[in-house]
Amino acid sequence: MRFELTPDQIDLRDAVRVLLGDLCTPDAVRGAWDGDGRVRAAWDALVEMGVLGALVAESAGGLGMTDEDVVPLLVECGRVALPDPVAASGYAAAAALTEILDDPDAGGLAAEWSGRIASGAVLLPVVDASAPVAGSTTADGFLWCGDADAVVLATPEEVDLEPLQSVDGARQPARVTRRGGRVVATGELARRVTSAAGERLALGAAAELVGLGEQMLDLTVAYVGERQQFGVPVGSFQAVKHQLADAALAVAFAAPLVSLAAHSLAHGDPDRARNVSMAKLRASTAARHAASASLQCHGAIGYTVEYDLHLFMKRAWALSHEHGDPDAHRALLRTSLGLSGVAS
Amino acid sequence: MPDLTGRQVTRQTEGVDLGWSDDEQAFREECRTWLAEHVPSPALPSGDTRDGFAAHLEWERALHDARWAVVSWPEAYGGRDASLWEWLIFEEEYYRAGAPQRVTQNGIFLLAPSIFEFGTRAQQDHYLPRMSAAVDLWCQGWSEPNAGSDLAAVSSRAVRDDAGGGWRLTGQKTWTTRGAFCTHVFGLFRTDPEAERHRGLTYFLLPLDADGVTVRGFGRLDGDEGFAEVFCDDVFVPDTPVDGSGDAAAVMERGGILGEVHQGWGVAMATTTSERGLTLRSPGRFQATAHRLLELARERDAEGRLAQALADRVVDAWVDAEAYSLFTLGDVTGIVEGRSPGARSSFNKIFWSELDVRLHEAALDLLGPDAELDGPWMKGYEFALSGPIYAGTNEIQRNIVAERVLGLPRR
Repeated sequence: MRFELTPDQIDLRDAVRVLLGDLCTPDAVRGAWDGDGRVRAAWDALVEMGVLGALVAESAGGLGMTDEDVVPLLVECGRVALPDPVAASGYAAAAALTEILDDPDAGGLAAEWSGRIASGAVLLPVVDASAPVAGSTTADGFLWCGDADAVVLATPEEVDLEPLQSVDGARQPARVTRRGGRVVATGELARRVTSAAGERLALGAAAELVGLGEQMLDLTVAYVGERQQFGVPVGSFQAVKHQLADAALAVAFAAPLVSLAAHSLAHGDPDRARNVSMAKLRASTAARHAASASLQCHGAIGYTVEYDLHLFMKRAWALSHEHGDPDAHRALLRTSLGLSGVAS
Repeated sequence: MPDLTGRQVTRQTEGVDLGWSDDEQAFREECRTWLAEHVPSPALPSGDTRDGFAAHLEWERALHDARWAVVSWPEAYGGRDASLWEWLIFEEEYYRAGAPQRVTQNGIFLLAPSIFEFGTRAQQDHYLPRMSAAVDLWCQGWSEPNAGSDLAAVSSRAVRDDAGGGWRLTGQKTWTTRGAFCTHVFGLFRTDPEAERHRGLTYFLLPLDADGVTVRGFGRLDGDEGFAEVFCDDVFVPDTPVDGSGDAAAVMERGGILGEVHQGWGVAMATTTSERGLTLRSPGRFQATAHRLLELARERDAEGRLAQALADRVVDAWVDAEAYSLFTLGDVTGIVEGRSPGARSSFNKIFWSELDVRLHEAALDLLGPDAELDGPWMKGYEFALSGPIYAGTNEIQRNIVAERVLGLPRR
């Protein structure tokens, strides 16, 4: 029994934290709002480091790492509100393609796309065609899992994008409609690819939400320690302390659920879908909790766009709804635990 | 063997590994088999009543005879030298089996860690075997009428008696759990009247049958006589003999001092840290309760009487019990590898105590109109409500989290 990362995993995570702290500053995120929703300097550095190819098989030009190596890095992406699709492309799409690598028909294409992901191309999985897909406008391809019995690889020319305005200006989502593309999986394989993508999209968002929760708390703790009212720092008031303690508690107890889910995905454990739902449920509620407490404890300055808090808060709102909101995952957990809950 | 939650796991050599070694599996098997054969059925009456306490003592002695009373202690003191992981396995199996409450817990889990850390070898040899065998039954004398969460406000005092070679204790302790049934009390007394707050306090051990001690039991919220006031009126406690002196055991039977004179705060803090953290509330306890809650919810569901909103509360509580378990596994990993959880233990206390209340509230709502009837869930609810209050109220714990974990200013 051991419930902690390996020293190597910790070193990699810490290196990514330092790199993103330098390259994905709040100003850089603001730049993504005004630009194309990307922070290229950070993205390119992550590609250089191998992060985008971390989960890609070594035979396809990646590092052949596991969920347990990569998920802690997604926490770091969340911490700095990196808008680039690391979780969608480098994690969820890369893992889904791995399912296809040995397929006699589509294996070659999967290997080619895996290599492109590792080199920084963006492949976005679309599991729920009715939901907005963040970062669509800069995508190099779509892994379409929205049809019942087939997975289709579509180029940007083979989809229609309806750009949408998000509360989080860095996300730049669009509604995606597929017109063409190449079938890469059918039947049982398609179901495996779809569930691999869906589980990792949800867990990737959960990991980012944990990072966002920690970031908002750090920001708020620093602010209420400085901000003086009635002649003392507002952080010395118990009403403020207790709100932040509760939010910290929520985030602290969500994080191990994310680790558990990563572990069970890495090992293909039978409980993995349940563990992903637990992680996404608690990461979503914890990040929302941290957002509310942070806004309230900041007071008026938090209610401005000049101040940084909103960059993280709006990302947390968006991600908490993406790939299953708390009620959707509760419903999955009810089923998983054998409860129907239909009486009124 | 699947653990309590039926979690299917995969073993690996480093990083996260949720599996157990062959030895640990065998240990679990041994626990489970023994408990299945020995856990009393029907359940014992509450150990916080006079009759129930007597029945629980028999159970405690059975545990001791089979060396399950203090698995993590050295064999010489009645234990098995079990690792922290094995202790967790034991606790998981203990609560899974629905085994009785531990009426010896204040000694085993609160006093013993301080004796291990601060006691002389003679004190360890004298007190620990008698504690594990449930011969000496310890209650805790922290709180006073004017010193609850503000423990440093202790005003009970001990005055030096040079002629007698010891100390004379006077004062009142209160809300002492099972004080009316125990044989000994440990607590803080002010030995330096000039010192303020947490300075000048000394950690005393004394038998409740000493001259000048009066114990008055009174009813708790749940109606059991689980609380007591302990009055000390000029009670003599001898100096603790140095190791190796001939009549040491006879002297220690009359009480003594743990750690140095005036240094009782530090000794007590070792105890409160273990109380707030791991030892008092192992995750197995809440997972077992969550499991019973889930079974109750499934019964209601099968009758078509489970509303979705209530099902969702069951799901939330179940998930939180899992989160608590994982958080604890992280803490234990750190401890085993030499990292102290430090102030993080305040996280644990807030979380488990409020989770316990939510688990019981959900169960009572599942029971509907039957909730008010005498039964384990209402009894458990009343007990759970003490969690956010004792061992430092959760308001104090939130201050500790804010100040020592987050780093917010004290004033």
